[in-house]
Amino acid sequence: MNSRTEHAPIIQMKNIEKHFGAVIALAGVSIDVYPGECHCLLGDNGAGKSTFIKTMSGVHKPTKGEIVFDGTPMNFDAPRDAMEAGIATVHQHLAMIPLMSVSRNFFMGNEPVKKRFGIPFLDKDKADTVTMQEMRKMGINLRGPDQAVGTLSGGERQTVAISRAVYFGAKVLILDEPTSALGVRQTSNVLATIDKVRKQGVAVVFITHNVRHALAVGDRFTVLNRGQTLGTAQRGQITPDELQDMMAGGQELATLDDALGGTV
Amino acid sequence: MSDATQTPPPPADERIKDISPLRQALIRPELGGMVGTVAVFTFFLLFAFDSGMFNAQGVMNWSVVSAQFMIIAVGACLLMIAGEFDLSVGSMIGFAGMAIAIFSVTLGWPTWMAIIVTFIMCCSIGALNGFIVIRTGLPSFIVTLAFLFILRGFTIYFPQKLERKTIIGGIADAAEGDWLAPIFGGKIGQGLFQWLGDMGVIDVFERGTRQGQPVVDGIPMLIVWAIGLVIFGHLLLTRTRFGNWIFAAGGDAEAARNSGVPVNRVKVLMFMFTAFCATVFATCQVMEFGSAGADRGLLKEFEAIIAVVIGGALLTGGYGSVIGAALGALIFGVVQQGLFFAGVESSLFRVFLGVILLGAVILNTYIRRMITGER
Repeated sequence: MNSRTEHAPIIQMKNIEKHFGAVIALAGVSIDVYPGECHCLLGDNGAGKSTFIKTMSGVHKPTKGEIVFDGTPMNFDAPRDAMEAGIATVHQHLAMIPLMSVSRNFFMGNEPVKKRFGIPFLDKDKADTVTMQEMRKMGINLRGPDQAVGTLSGGERQTVAISRAVYFGAKVLILDEPTSALGVRQTSNVLATIDKVRKQGVAVVFITHNVRHALAVGDRFTVLNRGQTLGTAQRGQITPDELQDMMAGGQELATLDDALGGTV
Repeated sequence: MSDATQTPPPPADERIKDISPLRQALIRPELGGMVGTVAVFTFFLLFAFDSGMFNAQGVMNWSVVSAQFMIIAVGACLLMIAGEFDLSVGSMIGFAGMAIAIFSVTLGWPTWMAIIVTFIMCCSIGALNGFIVIRTGLPSFIVTLAFLFILRGFTIYFPQKLERKTIIGGIADAAEGDWLAPIFGGKIGQGLFQWLGDMGVIDVFERGTRQGQPVVDGIPMLIVWAIGLVIFGHLLLTRTRFGNWIFAAGGDAEAARNSGVPVNRVKVLMFMFTAFCATVFATCQVMEFGSAGADRGLLKEFEAIIAVVIGGALLTGGYGSVIGAALGALIFGVVQQGLFFAGVESSLFRVFLGVILLGAVILNTYIRRMITGER
């Protein structure tokens, strides 16, 4: 993974602080993400993961700190600004509509048009072709572009959402716990998708609290705990147990671990 | 050999079951409407063929009634797919008709001005409906129920206050020679029908002042409007970006917003379009009758919704078809007039309505499960 250091980071978050009234949600978190890497953001519930990625995607404004995107300092006023810059977020609650077809979902909000008699009509052929092609790249065989999203499994829906973001030019892809509600098989599909996306040169920020999912695809790992970062580790420099300990803050989990016979 | 150069087809996924053409056809929202239309026509062709229902006059009779339903069903359909209801359609019809009457007869404005001002006023009320729904997040059911009463109340109050009566006539005289009125109240194709009459294809009057004229002397603009609105609505929904946004807004507003769809704008515009359709209906009716009554359009909101549901739209939004809604309206019109031709007690029409509505809703729910693969 030495090739990474040759590039400049696509996004740098420097000493981000975020206060909500008297609550300090983030107390100075810094990470940088390079193109083509999968940067895992780990942390237990309440560690500040969500606040942090919402700052990155323009939902929250940082109280202090700086966001540098592609070399220039950014000041996102709205999620739309971040989206236009190339930061796409795939939420836990997917932006997918079950009753609509895959191709209509894929192009929702970005529909291709073709002028006929001066009237901009929907370019359905293009939408269908692109959808089938992109889905095949990700290893999903659709019955047809008209298949409703409701018939897809949870993992397949995640994959549609991810490939949609990539197709529309995402440079940084933030995945908010994409595997948390999935079964084993579906999880491995999503992890495979992450791998494919990374190889296309997209920077992936993968939020999870499952150490095994993180280790399966991650290049680097940043652990958040109580609004602070405990540092970033390279792949191969850290064991699953160490990661788990860092996430839980050490001691408590150790006692739990004993009680449960090492199953956590 | 050429075989060697051919790329093998991508391997089929063994988990994807082939679905039968029947199942595939069932997924089309228009299916219920199509089956219903065939069933209804078969029924009346068998039992009321000799009653005059299928001669020129009879056809015109149920066509006009169906066209009326179609005009309001198109608006209601697009709005329902966008995830909202409008219960004020019926009151809007009465209100718009009365507004035209007051402007042109009581205030003496030229008819074209009365019509244009009424359209602007009614579309604004539609926008207000939409705006309140968007801002407050209240169900459109309640907001438009309020407007059902508000508009009906004004429709009764103003003519009583101004003219001391609830029906204002004399609109036809006022509209004489107006350039805009014939677009709503006129007829087209008179020449064709005269020719058809001369050729003996359709009956002509045999005596009286209209001797020699065909019994049907043209296609009312009401029907032209209905067909035009259906085509417009269908193209808008299925062939444009905006159509995709209508589906998205009704399917899941939050997901649509996350994807950059201007959900609020879509919904407000659909409320305005529904109001526009109601005003077209009212204007055609007023021009045809030459009068406006305070009770016009009563219960039309429900009839529009029933036509849309028969046409396969889901009450919960996000799914439906304008063609389906138009077929629903056609079924509606044909049955209402057909029972009259067949000599069936007209109160039974309501029984029919209730039964077909229930049947359609149950069928739609089943189809929805099939599309989304829910169990």
